[in-house]
Amino acid sequence: MIDKIKRFFIEIGDVSYFSARFFKQAINPPFEFKELLRQCYQVGNRSLLLVATTGFIIGLVLTLQTRPTLIEFGAVSWMPNMVGISIVREVGPVITALICSGKIASGFGAELGSMRVTEQIDAMEVSGTNPFKYLVVTRVLAATLMLPLLVIFGDLIALYGSSLVEYFKGDVSFRLYFNTVFDALSFGDLIPATIKSFFFGFVIGITGCYKGYTTGRGTAGVGIAANTAVVMASLLLFVVDFIAVFVSDIFYEL
Amino acid sequence: MKEQENIGNTELDTTNEEVVIKIQDLRKSFGDNQVLRGFDMELRKGENLVVMGKSGSGKSVMIKCLVGLMSPDSGYVEVLGKDINTLDQVALDELRSDIGFLFQGSALYDSMTVRENLEFPMRRHRKKFEGIQDTLPLVKEALENVGLGHTMDLMPAELSGGMKRRVALARAIILKPKLILYDEPTSGLDPITSKEIIELMRSIQKKYGTSALIITHDVDCARVISERMILLVDGVNYAEGTYAELIQSEDPKVNAFFKK
Ligand SMILES: Nc1ncnc2c1ncn2[C@@H]1O[C@H](COP(=O)(O)OP(=O)(O)O)[C@@H](O)[C@H]1O
Ligand SMILES: [Mg+2]
Repeated sequence: MIDKIKRFFIEIGDVSYFSARFFKQAINPPFEFKELLRQCYQVGNRSLLLVATTGFIIGLVLTLQTRPTLIEFGAVSWMPNMVGISIVREVGPVITALICSGKIASGFGAELGSMRVTEQIDAMEVSGTNPFKYLVVTRVLAATLMLPLLVIFGDLIALYGSSLVEYFKGDVSFRLYFNTVFDALSFGDLIPATIKSFFFGFVIGITGCYKGYTTGRGTAGVGIAANTAVVMASLLLFVVDFIAVFVSDIFYEL
Repeated sequence: MKEQENIGNTELDTTNEEVVIKIQDLRKSFGDNQVLRGFDMELRKGENLVVMGKSGSGKSVMIKCLVGLMSPDSGYVEVLGKDINTLDQVALDELRSDIGFLFQGSALYDSMTVRENLEFPMRRHRKKFEGIQDTLPLVKEALENVGLGHTMDLMPAELSGGMKRRVALARAIILKPKLILYDEPTSGLDPITSKEIIELMRSIQKKYGTSALIITHDVDCARVISERMILLVDGVNYAEGTYAELIQSEDPKVNAFFKK
């Protein structure tokens, strides 16, 4: 047990060191723009369908399940505000990030892990290309930049799902629904959620790359890298979420 | 055999024993596992030197110390006249552009086509290609050298093991290196494909006059290609000589390599 806790903190230290290396390399030329674009496309493309599906279902379910309670209190007209705010502020970012950590972090872990064990990373290094810049910096940046976009996309789909329920069950037009939602949302909801999403993306990118880039020898390492990347990323997401909620709460008090 | 001796002789005539690689007292351990325990070696210009050792004896570790992929615990490593341990990143990259490296499992980038694989070393080592805008002829030349001109737009996953090794060889020579390091060039290949790879290695050496360090545990490969051999046993340079000399040795540890 003590050993496990010790290993956990050593790991956190290693990830921090890895992140520091990321920042150092990210600000120094040469920059791999072409590869960054390719990775952005990959990240978006890989998770778009998943994010859409889960977003849609979450929107449906959330609305269906809150309806009876709201009807009981005679407050069903509050539905768009309630669901809209909970999706935009919390549910959308967290669900999207979790889905992406399953898809992106494990993908990075497996890709870089297999490149490590088959010596492709060594081959890059002797070819005069800095593999950390080419592989890690581009992927982490891509995840950081793309996640907020995916979150916004997921939010919109979830709201659409919710509005479908309201349309069929409550005779609320789409126009009225979305007008109510956007009236209810303030910048105070949107900005913390978006900032949070950047951090989520960074966490997903850095843990995936860290696990892959430091994969041990042998092909068994690749599976372990992909697997532990997801576990660690999901765990860290909640830690970051907690910190984010805590910090934005302080800002509201001010 | 005859042809080989000829190559050896002409080399002796033309070169003045210029040293391309010099390793002195190289040591490297991983935790308690002492892999290299004072390894010494010299490779002369134009020479084909084979280092043989059992698997796990530290051959790959040694060759990685030569290009700065691993740093030794101690010891002196000089490649093409430069002390590896004192080079900064820029100088190291420049030196690496003069070295071709064939990795054990080919190590082709699986997300890139064959052409992109071959172009990859040219991205950064631009200095060597000043004035050359179009890389296509170079890619074509390298691929034709290994007899795979038609594979340019394929992905590595579409190639057989032997073809992958050839493409990797093409990638290793695309910068026209002065020195080629081969890490088990025939491992994982069937005997016939191995022979073809060995033939290619010899034709490349003849065409470009490179020096070569070949690491292997394949006795047949060693016999055909070596001008001189070193046996790596227990982390040291245990025995050194031509294939003919070593095969006659009485030493049981040397004998163990050649017994079948
Ligand atoms: N990065 C590493 N970390 C820990 N041990 C290593 C590493 N690289 C190699 N070793 C160990 O060094 C020894 C020699 O490995 P290697 O040079 O790959 O053998 P080979 O002669 O088959 O190429 C092995 O025992 C291996 O376990
Ligand atoms: Mg090896």
